[in-house]
Amino acid sequence: MNDDRLTIAGREFRSRLWVGTGKYKDFVETKKAIETSGADVVTVAVRRVNVTDRNSENLLDYLDPKQYTILPNTAGCYTVEDAVRYARLARAAGVSDLVKLEVIGDERTLFPDTAGLIEAARILIKEGFVVLPYTNDDPIVAQKLVDIGCPAVMPLAAPIGSGLGIRNPYNLKIILETVNVPVIVDAGVGTASDAALAMEYGADAVLMNTAIAGAKEPIAMAEAMKYAVEAGRLAYKAGRIPRKLYATASSPIEGML
Amino acid sequence: MHIQVNGESRQVHEEMNVTDLLRDLQLNVERVAVEVNLEILDRRDFDAKTLQEGDRIEILSFIGGG
Repeated sequence: MNDDRLTIAGREFRSRLWVGTGKYKDFVETKKAIETSGADVVTVAVRRVNVTDRNSENLLDYLDPKQYTILPNTAGCYTVEDAVRYARLARAAGVSDLVKLEVIGDERTLFPDTAGLIEAARILIKEGFVVLPYTNDDPIVAQKLVDIGCPAVMPLAAPIGSGLGIRNPYNLKIILETVNVPVIVDAGVGTASDAALAMEYGADAVLMNTAIAGAKEPIAMAEAMKYAVEAGRLAYKAGRIPRKLYATASSPIEGML
Repeated sequence: MHIQVNGESRQVHEEMNVTDLLRDLQLNVERVAVEVNLEILDRRDFDAKTLQEGDRIEILSFIGGG
């Protein structure tokens, strides 16, 4: 698998499992889960620092930006203005020009506001950002995001944190066929088989957070996800057999008594 | 003079710049983004940016997220 690298906007990534850093019990568990997952891209959020507790630790003390690609998100942003502001703040915090762009449309579903997403992406691309958009499983929107200059698209499998798995495999397959940039399935994965399935369909990577951090044993689930993504990728490249309605014997008839 | 830091009022001495403020708060300059009155500062301007009475400062950094 070593030569099977994912390239986005000139950056090479070893692992096709990308992971979030939210919802862990502490930074030690975060670090252990991420190391076990083998991921080299990790998402982070941008928030106010705690100015009253001077002993509060920084996430980046546990995740060395030299070792990991830090991918800041604009989670929690419901308007184009907010998403653009958070992206700029993320860049000012000094890691890179990468941003996982989220413009959220609704609190209950956390589905993307795709009109806002396209508008925010356009602004940020003009400012030199490498915009990786968290988008709906809508092939038309995915193509529009590519057309305006997104070097990858990140359609959801299901609502963030829902664990429902891929709700619309046919749309996902259409996106995989139609866009000519890497597709990272982002959000909604519940367990290893969901991640494997996304990779078997031909996704270039899978991004998840809750599926690992919310598992009973996050470190063990991180390992399961690592293998699931690798297995799914290998199966995709190997090429699955076609589905048939009736049986085909595996053992020859010839030589039977 | 009084300034607002992350929504909380704070008393600081006159002529303080952003680097001084971050040092006072024991924050790593390399790990934060600073906004003064809604304007995001380039890290290279932290020394030159002298704070004024009533300034609203936001200091942000990366935390766990998905």
